[in-house]
Amino acid sequence: MLALTRWKIFLVAASLLFGLIFTLPNVLPAGVLPAWAPSQRLNLGLDLQGGSYLLLEVDTAALKKERLTNLTEDIRTKLRAEQIEFTALALVGDTIGVRITDPAQVQAAYTLLNNSLGERLLSGGRDVSVQTAPDQRIQVKFVSQAANAAASDAVTRSIEIIRKRIDALGTKEPIITQQGATRIVVEAPGESDPEKLKAVIGKTAKLTFQMVDNDISPEDVTAGRIPPDDELLANDEGNPPAYIVKRRSVVTGEMLTAASAGHDQNNAPDINFAFNGQGARRFAQVTSENIGKPFAIVLDKRVISAPTIQSAITAGSGQITGRFTEESAHDLALLLKSGALPAPLNVVEQHTVGAELGADAVKAGQISILIGAALIFAFIILAYGLFGGFAAVALVVNGLMIVGAMSVTQATLTLPGIAGLVLTLAVAVDANVLIYERMRDEVRGGRPPMSAADAGFKRALTTIIDANVTTLVAAIIMFQFGSGPVKGFAWTLFIGVITSVFTAVLITQVLIGWWFRTFRPKALPIT
Amino acid sequence: MWPLIKLIPHNTHFKFVSFARLAATLSIIAVIATVVGFFYPGLNLGIDFKGGTVLELNTGAKPVDLAKVRGALNGLSLGDVQVQTFGKPNDAIVRFQTPAGANPGVVVTRVKGAVSQALGEVTYSRTDVIGAQISDELKIKGAGALLAAIGLMLLYIWFRFELQFGLGAVVALFHDVTLSFGLILLLRLEFSLNLVAALLTIIGYSMNDTVVVFDRLRENRRKYKRMPLRDLIDLSVNETLSRTVITGVTALLALSGLAVFGGESLRPLSIVLLFGIVIGTYSSIYVASPIILLWGVKKDDEAATPIAPQPARP
Repeated sequence: MLALTRWKIFLVAASLLFGLIFTLPNVLPAGVLPAWAPSQRLNLGLDLQGGSYLLLEVDTAALKKERLTNLTEDIRTKLRAEQIEFTALALVGDTIGVRITDPAQVQAAYTLLNNSLGERLLSGGRDVSVQTAPDQRIQVKFVSQAANAAASDAVTRSIEIIRKRIDALGTKEPIITQQGATRIVVEAPGESDPEKLKAVIGKTAKLTFQMVDNDISPEDVTAGRIPPDDELLANDEGNPPAYIVKRRSVVTGEMLTAASAGHDQNNAPDINFAFNGQGARRFAQVTSENIGKPFAIVLDKRVISAPTIQSAITAGSGQITGRFTEESAHDLALLLKSGALPAPLNVVEQHTVGAELGADAVKAGQISILIGAALIFAFIILAYGLFGGFAAVALVVNGLMIVGAMSVTQATLTLPGIAGLVLTLAVAVDANVLIYERMRDEVRGGRPPMSAADAGFKRALTTIIDANVTTLVAAIIMFQFGSGPVKGFAWTLFIGVITSVFTAVLITQVLIGWWFRTFRPKALPIT
Repeated sequence: MWPLIKLIPHNTHFKFVSFARLAATLSIIAVIATVVGFFYPGLNLGIDFKGGTVLELNTGAKPVDLAKVRGALNGLSLGDVQVQTFGKPNDAIVRFQTPAGANPGVVVTRVKGAVSQALGEVTYSRTDVIGAQISDELKIKGAGALLAAIGLMLLYIWFRFELQFGLGAVVALFHDVTLSFGLILLLRLEFSLNLVAALLTIIGYSMNDTVVVFDRLRENRRKYKRMPLRDLIDLSVNETLSRTVITGVTALLALSGLAVFGGESLRPLSIVLLFGIVIGTYSSIYVASPIILLWGVKKDDEAATPIAPQPARP
C-alpha cells in the first residue's frame, strides 16, 4: 500500500488543489482573484451573519371559515333573487343548512343552488355538494378535495405575495420557501428590523369598499340587533367608534391596478389608487346610485375612513384618506399593490440574531478552532513524532478540503456547525491513531518496518470504515431531524467525516511512502 | 528526535473484566439516579421544547433598569416573565411563555414595543420565538431522532458483526445517552435542540469507540480459538487501549478549546460533548463488552457459551 503509484499522487495533488482553490476566496479580499477563479465564500447561517428567520403558518382554518361564510352569503343572495322564502340559514360545523318555507319550492331551490353555487373542478363536478334533507331542508358543503386545493393554492399565492412585499422593502436576498403543506419559511439576512418585516408580511391587507347601512339606529346596535347581511366594524378614525356596513363589498382590493402614497390638498399623506375595468364600472354604478350616502373603506375588517359620495366617480381612480403618517401611507400602498393574502399568516417561529452578535460568534468560533487545532497538532506530534507531523499535514489538507467543499456546495455553516468542524478534527486524527497503533502492533509482532507500516494501513482500514460509518449515520439522522442550525452541524460533520477518512488514509500514506523511499529507515519512528 | 510521550505503556494486562461487576453497579446507580432526576427535578426544557420567547437586549451606554422592564411587561398579562441582566449591566435577557391561544409572533412585537417605551433606546441582539405547536413537533422529532439513531446503530452492528454485539452496543448507547441526560440534569443545563445534536454526536462517537474494540475482539476470536471469551475481551480492550486513550484525549483537547472560547451559546453543547466522550469511552470497555459476555457469543460454529450455568435437562 505504500507504493507511490501515479494515481495516488494524482489524487493527493488534486485534493490539495481543490482545497486551495475553493478555500482561497474566503481569505482573500474580493476582486483580487481573476474572474475565472471560483469566488464563492462560505455561506454563513443567519446565526453567524445576523438576520431573521421566520416560520409562518397559513391559517387554513380561517380560510375555510371565510369560504363558508362567503358561501352562506351567496346562498342568501341567490334564494332572495329567485324569491324563495327560507328560514334557519346557518353554518353548523362544516355544513350550511337552510330550511325552505314552502315545500313546493324545495326542488326548485335545490336545482338553483346545485347548478349555480361554487366553481367547476378540473376533475369534473363542482367544488360544492348540495343535498336535500328531511323537513324541507337543504344542506351545502365544500367537497373535501376542494378544501385541500384551496389551502394549497392559498399557500402558493401567499408565497408570491410575500415575495413581492419583501422585494419592495429592499431587503437583501430574502429566501422564501414552502415547508410542509401549510408553512412558509422566510430567511432575511442582514440587519433588518424583524418586527417591521413581520408587519409587512403578516398583514392580510384585504381592502374592501362597503356601503354604510344608515337604517340601523345606535339603539339597535347596543341591543345587538344587527341584520344578518350587515356587520359591525371598528373605525380607525375614532369617531364614531364603529360603523354598521353591508357585508357585501362593492369593490375589493383585487380590482386595484395601482396604489401609491401621495398627499391630499392639505398636504396630509394619502393613498392614490386606480381600479381595473370591472372595478371602475362597479364603482361608477354604485357611486351614481348612492349620491349623498357614505361608504366605508375597510382594511382587514377595520374602517379606515367613511367618506360621503359627492358625485358619481367614473374615472376609476381615487384617493383614500385617513389617519396616515408618511410611513404608514407608504406601507399600505405597498401592501395594496402586492395584493391581499388569501388567508391570515401566523408567525409560529422566529429567530433573529443581530449582526454584531453573529460577528462575535464567528470570532469565538475561529479562536476555538485555532486553539483546538494547535492542541491537537502538539499532542499528535508528541505522541507519534514524525508520523504525527504527517498526520498534522493531512489535517491541514483536510481543513482546506472541508472549507473548500462547503464553499463550493454553498452549504450553510452555522454556529453548531463550528462545533461540528472542531469535532471533525478529532475524528480525522482518530483514523491516523488507528493506523499508527496498528503499525506498532505489527512491529511488535516481528515485522520489518516497511511491511509493518504497510500492514498498518491495510488492517486498520476496515476498522476506520466501520467506525466512521457510525458517525455518518448519526449525522444523517441529525440532518433529517434538525432545524437550520442543527442541520448545519450535521452537514459539517458529514462532509468532515468523508474528507477526513480520505486525507488521513491517503495523504499520510503518500507521505510515509515518500519517507521510506527517501530515507530507507531501519525502524519506524513511532516504536 | 524527542522521546515520544506514552500515555499508556504498551502491552498492558489490565483485568478489565474482573472490575465489570463494580462498574456495572456504579453504572446502574447512575442510571437510576438519572431516571429519578427526570421526574424530580425534571429536565430544564428550553424554548425549543416548551415554546415561548427569549429576547436579548442592549441599552447602549446606560445600565438596564430591570424594574422598569418588569413594570412595563406586567401590564401585558403574560404570566411568568423573567428579566435579568447577563454579562454586562447594559445587557438583559427577557423570557416568557406565550399565553395559550395567543399568536406568539404578535405577542413578541407587543412586548418589544412595551420594553422600548419603558427604556427608550434599545437594540435587540437576539430574538427567539417558538410557538407551542412547533415545540411539540420538535419534542416528537427529537425523541424520534435519538431512537432512530440507536436503532440504526443496532442494525449496522448486527449486519457487520453479530446480534449479541449489536445488543451490547445498544445497551452501551442507552447507558451513554441516559448518563448524558444525567449530566444535563445535574448542571441544570437548558435542554435545547443543540443538546439533542450533542446526544446524537455522542451516539456516533460512543459507537465508533465500541466498534474499534469489537473489531479487535472479532479478530482475536479467530486468532485464539481456545481462549475463553472473558480473556478475549480483556486482551482486545488492552490491545486497543492506547488508541482509545489517544483518540479520547485528542477529542477532549479539541473540544476544550470550544468550551472555553466558543462563547455562551456553544458552551452547553461542548460540555455535554466532553462528558459524552469520557462516558462513551468508559462504556465501550465496561458496558458493551460485558454485555456480550453475559449473553455469550457463538464461537464460530460451536454452540453459544454463556457464563451462566445451563439448566439441567429434565
